[in-house]
Amino acid sequence: MGPNNKASRNGGHKPKNTKQTMHRIFSYLSAYKIQLILVTILVIISAGATVAGTYMLQPIVDDYIVPFIGTHNPDLSGFIKIMLLLGSIYIIGAISSYVYNRIMVNISTGTLYNIRKDMFTHMETLPIRYFDKHTHGEIMSRYTNDTDTLRNMMSQSVPQLISSTVTVVGVFISMCILSLPLTLLVILMLLVMMAVVKKIGSKSALYFRKQQAEIGNVNGYVEELVEGQRVVKVFCHEAESKAEFDKKNEQLCYAATQANTFANILMPVMGNLSYIHYALTAVVGATIAILTTQGRMGVFGLGLGALVAFLQFTRSFSQPITQISQQVNTILNALAGAERIFALLDEEPEVDNGYVTLVNATVDKDGNIHETDHHTGTWAWKHPHGDGTLTYTLLRGAVEFENVDFGYEPNKLVLNNISLYANPGEKIAFVGSTGAGKTTITNLINRFYDVPDGKIRYDGININKIKKADLRRSLSMVLQDTHLFTGTVMDNIRYGNLHATDEEVIAAAKLANAHWFITHLPDGYNTMLSGDGSNLSQGQRQLLAIARAAVADPPVLILDEATSSIDTRTEALIEKGMDKLMEGRTVFVIAHRLSTVRNSQAIMVLEHGEIIERGSHDKLIADKGKYYQLYTGMFELS
Amino acid sequence: MKKLLSLLEKKYRWYSILTPILIVGEVIMEVIIPMIMAQIVDVGIANNDIRYVLIAGGLMVLMAMLSLGFGAGAGRTAAIAGMGFAKNVRREMFHKIQDFSYSNVDRFSTSSLITRITTDVTNAQNAFMMVIRMLVRSPIMLISASFMAFRLNRELSMIFLFAIPILAIALALIITKAYPRFQHMLKKYDKLNAKVQENLIGIRVVKAFVRGDYENEGFEEASAAVRDTQLKAERTIVLNMPIMQLVMYSCIIAVLWIGGNMIINGSMETGNLVAFISYITQILMSLMMISMAFTMLVISKASVNRIYEVINDTPDISDADADETLTVKDGSIDFDQVCFSYKGDLTSCALRNIDLHIKSGETVGIIGGTGSSKSSLVHLIPRLYEVTDGSVKVGGRDVRDYKLPALRNEIAMVLQKNVLFSGTIKDNLRWGKEDASDEEIIAACKAAQAHDFIMSFPDGYDTELGQGGVNVSGGQKQRLCIARALLKKPKIIILDDSTSAVDTATDSKIRAAFARDLADTTTIIIAQRVSSVCDADKIIVLDNGRIHAVGTHEELLKTNEIYREVYESQQKGVA
Repeated sequence: MGPNNKASRNGGHKPKNTKQTMHRIFSYLSAYKIQLILVTILVIISAGATVAGTYMLQPIVDDYIVPFIGTHNPDLSGFIKIMLLLGSIYIIGAISSYVYNRIMVNISTGTLYNIRKDMFTHMETLPIRYFDKHTHGEIMSRYTNDTDTLRNMMSQSVPQLISSTVTVVGVFISMCILSLPLTLLVILMLLVMMAVVKKIGSKSALYFRKQQAEIGNVNGYVEELVEGQRVVKVFCHEAESKAEFDKKNEQLCYAATQANTFANILMPVMGNLSYIHYALTAVVGATIAILTTQGRMGVFGLGLGALVAFLQFTRSFSQPITQISQQVNTILNALAGAERIFALLDEEPEVDNGYVTLVNATVDKDGNIHETDHHTGTWAWKHPHGDGTLTYTLLRGAVEFENVDFGYEPNKLVLNNISLYANPGEKIAFVGSTGAGKTTITNLINRFYDVPDGKIRYDGININKIKKADLRRSLSMVLQDTHLFTGTVMDNIRYGNLHATDEEVIAAAKLANAHWFITHLPDGYNTMLSGDGSNLSQGQRQLLAIARAAVADPPVLILDEATSSIDTRTEALIEKGMDKLMEGRTVFVIAHRLSTVRNSQAIMVLEHGEIIERGSHDKLIADKGKYYQLYTGMFELS
Repeated sequence: MKKLLSLLEKKYRWYSILTPILIVGEVIMEVIIPMIMAQIVDVGIANNDIRYVLIAGGLMVLMAMLSLGFGAGAGRTAAIAGMGFAKNVRREMFHKIQDFSYSNVDRFSTSSLITRITTDVTNAQNAFMMVIRMLVRSPIMLISASFMAFRLNRELSMIFLFAIPILAIALALIITKAYPRFQHMLKKYDKLNAKVQENLIGIRVVKAFVRGDYENEGFEEASAAVRDTQLKAERTIVLNMPIMQLVMYSCIIAVLWIGGNMIINGSMETGNLVAFISYITQILMSLMMISMAFTMLVISKASVNRIYEVINDTPDISDADADETLTVKDGSIDFDQVCFSYKGDLTSCALRNIDLHIKSGETVGIIGGTGSSKSSLVHLIPRLYEVTDGSVKVGGRDVRDYKLPALRNEIAMVLQKNVLFSGTIKDNLRWGKEDASDEEIIAACKAAQAHDFIMSFPDGYDTELGQGGVNVSGGQKQRLCIARALLKKPKIIILDDSTSAVDTATDSKIRAAFARDLADTTTIIIAQRVSSVCDADKIIVLDNGRIHAVGTHEELLKTNEIYREVYESQQKGVA
C-alpha cells in the first residue's frame, strides 16, 4: 500500500536547504504574525515562571523558614507575601502555557489548511509528465506523513524547543548567580551529556535508517505476495512464500530492535547522569557550604537555601536538554518533509501561453460570425492578433499533424515524422501494438504533452496558441482505464458538463446504453459510487465514461480502447449508441479489437512511432500489408 | 490485545516480563534517590558533616548507576520484546493470509489486507511498547512515590488525597471528551486522502474535462473539514498540560506553606521539604503518563481490532478432514448439480444447476459473455472456491476428499489476472517445479511459444522481471504464465482467458503444442475468441451462470443462437 511505506522509505532524509525551507515555512506563518509574537512571549513567560518558581525556593527556605526555626511567635507576614507571589507566578505560568498552546492549535491547523490547499491547487496545474514520473504513493505521502510531521513540529516541537531553551538559559543564569564554582561542575556535566546524546543519537539514527530500508523491503514483499496471493494458491506455493517472508521479517526485527534500543536508553541514561550530577553537586556543594560557614569561601560562599535551590536546578537542567536533543531530530525530520512539500509546490505548472479562446457564437446570413454571451450551440475560436484585430473561426473539429516528432524523454523518440489530417466529422483509427505510439498521438492533441509551434493545428489554428482549458473543452476523451469519482452516478456523468440538466444526463446515459443498468442500481442515478466505482463492473464503468463524454457534447472525440472491457455481444448492443455519439464529430479511435475500427474513414497502422500504412479498411486489406496480417491474426497485438 | 499477546514466542514473553521487572528496579532507585538527597541536605549539610555527604553522595552515585543499568536494560528488553511482538504479529498475519482462500481475500480486499499488515501492525507495536514500559512504570512510580512521601511526612501527604483524584478526574474527562473528536477527525482525514488519491488516479480525466477548479473546490471543503475537526479535537487536549501544571503548582505551594510551618515549629527538616517536592513531581507526572498511555491504547484499539479480524478469520476452505493418502487418479472432472454463490446463499447464485462431465484427456472450450461466470466455474475445480450446493469431482472423487496440495499439484491453472513476481524469468518459471532442469524449462517455454522471445532478451532466462512482471508485454506475460503452468506437468490444465493478448497464429501454435505434448492431459480453455476453442472436443456455452449448450463447434453453429452470434460478430468482414 503506497502512501505509508513509501513515506517511510523517504523518511529520515536530512533536509538539504534548511535555511530556505525555514524561510518558506515562516512565510506561511506570516499570516499569524501577531499571534506568533504573542506565542513566543507566552512561551518565555511560561518557561520563565517555572524557572522563577524553582529559584524562589532559595529565598523561601533561607529567608522565611530557616530564620524562624524554633521561634515561638514567628512573624509569617513575609512568608505569606512570598507565597502569594509564588502562587501568582505559577498561575501566570499555567495560564500562559494554556493560551500559547491554544493559539498554536489555531495556527498549526490553519497553516496546514493553507499548505494543503496550495499543494492541491498546484498539483492540479501540473503537467501529466509530473504524474508519470512520481508514484501515487510518493505524492500521497506529502499530504499525509509530511504534513503530519510539519504539524507536530509547529504545534509541539517548536514551542517545546523555545521553552526548553528558555529553561536551560534561565536555569543556567540562576545557577551562575547562586554559585560560580558549582556552575563549572554543571558545564563539565553538560559536556559529558552532550557527548552521550551525540553518541547514542548517531547510533540510533544509523539503525533507524536501516530499519526504514527493512520496512520498505518487508512492505514491498507483502504488497507483491498479497496481490499475487491467487497465483500462490494455484501453485501451492504457500510454504515457500512464508519462509521467504519470515527471513525478511527477521531482518526487519533485528534492525528495529537495534534502532529502538538506542532510542529507549537515551532517557534513562540522561536521567541518571543527572542524578550522578546531583550527587557530585551535593558533595562539592556541601563542602563549599561547610567552608562558607567557616568563612573560608569569600565571594563564592553558599548558603544552605542556595544549595537546596541549586540542587533543584540540577534536576530541572537535564530534562530540557534531553528534550532539545529529541526535538531537534523531530524538527530535522519535519524540515525534510517540508522540503518535499515545497518541491511539489516548486514544480513548473503546465505552460499555457494560449490566447485563442472558445466563445459562443452566432452566424448571420452573410456568414459573418458574432460573439454572444449566451449558449447558442455554435462555438467559435476568438483569435486576437498582434495588430489588435480580432478574427473568429468556427469550431469544426479539423485536426492536422505536420511532421510531428515527439519523445517523452529528449533522446528517445516515440513518434517519428507523423503527418495526418482529420476532416470535421471523420473517424480516424489508430492500430498497432503496445508502445507503437497510439495513445501518445491523442495525448498531443489535447496538449497533455507539448510539441513545437505549428506542428499541430486545430481548425487551422496552431494549438499552442489555444488556451488549454478551451482546447480541452472542445475535445472529449474516453480512456481505457475508466476513472470514476466519489459521488452519485449522476454526478459522475455530469462531470463531462457541469451545466447539464438531469434530463441531458439521462439522455446521454441512454445514448451510451448505460440507462438500463443504472436504473437497476439500488438508487438509480442517485447511487453513490465510492473507491473509483469499485461496485461496478469494468464494462459498466466504461459505459458511464462513454455517457460522460456524450454529455460534454464536443466536436472532437477521442476513444482510447473505450470498449476493450466490453464483450463483443454487449459491444454490438452499444454500437448503435456509439455510432450516434460519433455522428457529426471528428473521432480518433484507438482499438485493440479491429472489428471496432473497420468503418473508419482512415486507419493508420503505427509501428515504432511511425505510420507504416494508412487508408480505408478495404484498401488496407487489399494491400495485404501489416494491417491485413493483423486482421487475419498473423501478428500479435499486445 | 490479549489475543495478540498469545502470539508471542516464548523468548519474547520472557523479555516482556523482564522489562517491567527491570523497570520496577529503576523506579525503586528513582524513588529512593530523593530520600538520599534529603539526607544529604538534612544530615550532611546541616551538620557540616562532609564525611556523611561523601558517603551518601557515593551511595547516590551507586544507585544512579544501578538505576541506569536497570533503565538501559529495560530499554533494551522493551525493544526486543516490542519488535519481537511486531514480528510475531506480522508473521501470523502473513501466514494466515497465505492460507486464506479466495473468498476470504475477496471479503477483506487486497489493499485493506496490505494496510492491516503494515500500518496497523506499527500502531499495535507502539501500543505494546507503551504498555510494557509506561503502563507498568507509571503506576509503580505513583504507588512507591506516594508511599515514600507518606513515610516522609504523613500529614503533608494528605495533600495528595485531594490532588490525585482531582487530576485523575480532570484527565479522564479530557480523554473521554477528546476521543470521539479524534475519531471524527480521522474520518475526515480519510475523506481528504480519498480525494487526493482519486485525483491522482483520475488526473487525465480531470485535465481532459478541465475540472481543476471544480476539484479544488471539493478539496477545499474536505480540507476545511479536517481543519475544523482537528481544531475541535486538539482544543480539548491542550487543556491537559495547564491543568496538570495548576494541580502540581497548587501542591507545591501547599507543601511549601504547610511544610514551611512544620519546619519552623521543628516537626520537619528542610531537606525533607525538597524531597517531598520531588515526589510531587513524580506522582503527578506518572498520572499524566497513565492518561497519555490510555489515550494511545484507545487510539490503537481500532488497529488492534483490524489485525484481530484477520488473525481470527478461518480460511473458508479446509482440508483437515481429507484423506492424506488420496491422490488424483486421472484428469476426469464431474460437476453434479453445482450451484455456487460468492456470498454463500442460494438466492444470489453465480452458477446454477451445473451438470458437466469431462473425461480424462479431453479438451473443453468455454465461451460466454462478460459476467456469465466462466471463471467461477473453473475456479471450483482446484477448489479455489467452495461449491454452495452439489459437488465437484476430480478423478472420480469429490474435491473435498483430497488434501489441497494433492489436488492442486495435479491441476495447473493460468489465471485471467495473472501475476509474475520480481526475480528472473527462470525464478518465476520454477514456481511450477522447484527443481526443474534447464531442459524441462526450455521445453515448457517452447510449448508455450515463449522460448524465442525469451532468447531475444540479452540475459535470456536470467532476465530480471520487475514487480508484477513490468518488463514484458501483455502477450509475453501470458505465455510465461502458461509455461509456468506447464512445468507442473499436471493432469488437468485450465487456461482462463489466458491468451487474450496473444495473436491468433501464436495461439493456434500453443494449442497445437498442447495437442501434441498434453494428449493425456485434460485441457479447459476459456476464451473470448471462437477460434481459440473451435477445435475442442466439446464447447460449453455459458449464459448468465447456466450451461446454455454443450457441443462441438459444428453442432453449436447449427443449433445455438448465442454461439452463432459470437462467431459472426468476430468473423464479420474477414475475407
